[in-house]
Amino acid sequence: MKPRYLLCLPLLLLLAMGALLGGCRSEPLPLRLTNISGHMPDLDFKLTDDNGKAVTGADYRGKVVLLYFGYTHCPDVCPLTLAQLHVVMQRLGPLADGARILFVSVDPARDTPAIMHAYVNAFDKRAVGLVGSARAVEALSKRYRSAFTREPGDADGNYEVSHSSAIYIFDREGKARLLATPSASQDDLVHDLHLLLDTGATP
Amino acid sequence: MKPTRRPFLNAGLLLAGLLLAGGVQATAADHVHASDAWIRVLPGALPAGAYVTLHNDSAQPVALTGATSTAYAEVMLHHSSTAGGMSRMSMVDTLTVPAHGEAVLAPAGYHLMLMKAKTPVKPGDTVKLTLKFSDGSTLATDFAARPANAIDAGEPHAGH
Ligand SMILES: [Cu+2]
Repeated sequence: MKPRYLLCLPLLLLLAMGALLGGCRSEPLPLRLTNISGHMPDLDFKLTDDNGKAVTGADYRGKVVLLYFGYTHCPDVCPLTLAQLHVVMQRLGPLADGARILFVSVDPARDTPAIMHAYVNAFDKRAVGLVGSARAVEALSKRYRSAFTREPGDADGNYEVSHSSAIYIFDREGKARLLATPSASQDDLVHDLHLLLDTGATP
Repeated sequence: MKPTRRPFLNAGLLLAGLLLAGGVQATAADHVHASDAWIRVLPGALPAGAYVTLHNDSAQPVALTGATSTAYAEVMLHHSSTAGGMSRMSMVDTLTVPAHGEAVLAPAGYHLMLMKAKTPVKPGDTVKLTLKFSDGSTLATDFAARPANAIDAGEPHAGH
């Protein structure tokens, strides 16, 4: 039998290249997106969903979660990202029922549960809009080293919010597993979500 | 407003060049064709993004400065960018359509941001936007209103 460290050599190489891999403990899934296993905290928050119900991270245990920060007055990048995630969900077929897109508003002043409800449902029926106080959203954002900034507005009170573009993916146990950018290939997203959804299919 | 566009001007550069040499006054809008014009419709009163590909068949660059519409109270030329993992959107004054080239307004890049719809716009509608160029000329273009989760213009759709 080959010494175990040999198996770790390719992993060390990947680590040296800047990929964040979990180590050599167990057979890692052959994931294609940036692997953040062990480098980001578990899914945890206290927010309000788009039906006005108080929810926490624990309510989504058993689901693979795609967490994305944005706001409804964002007409370009947020809709594109959600539209792409919708295509990915469709490609997953019935498996997609095991996944949820959590769209967290970084614009607490304008985004109400009702607006979020109409917005997320225009993209995918497995998308959930989450709102919370500025403090709660900031805490969640900081937890994943993400950020958002409200830009100065115009005379009419219109303003934009610059925000992190990352999509954080959690497994069914709420463990942070992957980081995707909106420019990630749909093939890679479908591939990796397949792997996470196939794992522990029965919660 | 519909531009007075002579179809033969679009036939080719050579012809256009000859006409120009002959002293025909051609505006920026005369040399620009729009294609793949669409709007991503979002629910309620939320602002929408409009996208279009502009082709310039002249030997001079032309500059898009914005658009107006009877359907929206406000239209702004915007650019989205992602740097350092942050997405932001900013206003731009002009977008150049290079000589014999094209400029693409597409998701996650340049777009026309449409605000304050005067009447609700639904997927399937056609919305006329009047594109404005730096020489003051205009090009009325039909944009197809598409659902929020559309990725692109869908069926080939040429604006006029
Ligand atoms: Cu914009």
